[in-house]
Amino acid sequence: MVGAAFAALLAANPLTAALRVLMLDRAPPPEALGPLPPVPGLRVSTLTPASVRLIERAGAWRDVAPPHSAAFKTMQVWDSSGSGCVRYSAAEAGEPVMGHVAENDLLQAALLRQLRQPGAGVELLWPAQLEGLHLPKPFSELQRDGGGAAPGALAELGLSGGRRLRARLVVGADGPRSHVRQLADLRTFGWAYGQRGLVATVRPEVANTCAWQRFLPHGPLALLPVRNGYANIVWTTTPRHAAELEAASPEAFADAVNEALQGAPTPARNFFLPAAAAESEFRRPPLVRPASGRGPKSFPLALRASGRYVRSRLALIGDAAHAVHPLAGQGVNLGLADAGALADALAYAVTTGQDVGDEGMLEGAYEAPRQAANGAMLAALDGLKRVFEPQSGLLSGLRGLGLDALNAVPGAKQRIVRYAMGV
Amino acid sequence: MLSRSAAGPSIVDREVTKFGDVAAEWWDPRGSFKPLHALNPVRVAFIRDALCEGFGREAARVAPLAGLSILDVGCGGGILAEALARLGANVTGADASADSIAVARAHAAGDPSLHVTYRDATAEQLVAEGAQYDAVVASEVIEHVADAAAFMRALGALAWPGGMVAVSTLARTPRSYALAIIGAEYIISLVPRGTHDWSRFINPEELTMLGNEAGLALDRMAGMSYNPLTGRWRRSDDTGTD
Repeated sequence: MVGAAFAALLAANPLTAALRVLMLDRAPPPEALGPLPPVPGLRVSTLTPASVRLIERAGAWRDVAPPHSAAFKTMQVWDSSGSGCVRYSAAEAGEPVMGHVAENDLLQAALLRQLRQPGAGVELLWPAQLEGLHLPKPFSELQRDGGGAAPGALAELGLSGGRRLRARLVVGADGPRSHVRQLADLRTFGWAYGQRGLVATVRPEVANTCAWQRFLPHGPLALLPVRNGYANIVWTTTPRHAAELEAASPEAFADAVNEALQGAPTPARNFFLPAAAAESEFRRPPLVRPASGRGPKSFPLALRASGRYVRSRLALIGDAAHAVHPLAGQGVNLGLADAGALADALAYAVTTGQDVGDEGMLEGAYEAPRQAANGAMLAALDGLKRVFEPQSGLLSGLRGLGLDALNAVPGAKQRIVRYAMGV
Repeated sequence: MLSRSAAGPSIVDREVTKFGDVAAEWWDPRGSFKPLHALNPVRVAFIRDALCEGFGREAARVAPLAGLSILDVGCGGGILAEALARLGANVTGADASADSIAVARAHAAGDPSLHVTYRDATAEQLVAEGAQYDAVVASEVIEHVADAAAFMRALGALAWPGGMVAVSTLARTPRSYALAIIGAEYIISLVPRGTHDWSRFINPEELTMLGNEAGLALDRMAGMSYNPLTGRWRRSDDTGTD
């Protein structure tokens, strides 16, 4: 999806539209944009207003906007230990909505539709398997080896079936286990969290335009509005609990969600802090019912990031550069921001006569700003995860106090809202 | 590595050898010429805007210099010449160092769609051949020549009547001394030690005067400032440095 967004952004800018772009994919494309199924799919993304603007720039937003996706205007985060609640609203960040929840398949199909427009200048090739990638050697190695390809040489790609290609720039947008990254020999760092993220679709009993997130002893549970009046559950928990939930009947799963979201105690007002405004006070989330369709599905949580995002004639974007656990649903937003930054870097290169695969240009105009932004988000998500993981009395009391303090201090809260919304 | 000395009244042999010795490093993104690579987009944008205005073209488009013939005098490894070629110009790069020209040719050969003509020649040799271009560019060169006035006359003769000449240089002002000599060369190793000789730097007034003597009218002048913390250059209206 991030790769399709990148190609669509290039096609939408007159400065980069003339670049010849070939998009390779191992898998055949999803079905062309058609009528959506009545029950939304399990894999969804929470799009910040900043991401929506990028999708607009790529020309694909009209196919993703509500009613094809769902908007939420408020967010409530509270703690199961009984103290601590914070409510955010879009108005506090000066935006009409806080975010949109859209199915990943829909996003992909909407972006591909732009790439298939006549004159988009993008050639689509699938199924295609990249078997070899030869990048120009770093200058220091050229000197040592005394020869070989010139430093200005193009990247060479070998595909299954024997086709060979040359490119000024290879962009790896092939996910957390990026094959391009492995072929380019870029090292990664990361760790697993020993937990699983479970996703499911349920039906709230009343109309809902709030994103709910409750911190439970094993991890957070989020309930997000999706299209057609449904809600998406993202539940971080232990592998054993995830397996139990996956095996549960639809009714038993809905009961488990209701128990987890509604269970006592209700957050009490913290008298050490000034009272929060009335619209910031705790509200009870809606009860949910089972939805027909696929049952819950879980996947392991891990953080993995590449030390470098670029080499000469290579750039990694999205999960190929940094995979984050889905605690705050930020993966797609970071990926789209990468795609936007790299598309802008190439437009800058075109107007100043720079090679679009030049390592120095890629470093300065793409890698440095994105590594700083992604690093901050990775650290924030990892820190949030670690604070909320252990359920000791002292820590939960501290974080309860922290949430209450956040809720009562408009300036700090607004900064966090704006940060989370990418504005 | 020794470079052959090139004939020509405006050339200082020692200066040619100096660049010949480091020619292999022209395209090393982390090497001696790193600041030149960082500076390049800014100077390209300045030259692009000046030429587009002079020749009545739209600058904010693909290949804005399409069809213009440009001579890059003292092109070194081709850092500026390649960029101007990507903007659509028919570029000839000339340098008195045969080693630099060999590096420039080898680098451009890596990209099949990049077409730059390279000449192992001095400005005076090209004048003798009667060559003329829509625009003549000499970037960070005039401070290395022995007779700046003769060099400027040669640049003027290489442009068609009505053509343009763009000269950029590190200026000889107290601030540029701090930035380009002490700051640039010895403290932050901006360019290889010994590439710039302080007495050869030229200040903006001298450049204007030399241009006038060579029959060239000043069209515009701009400065560039270097931020040693970020390693970035940016355009400034202050012509104290470049």
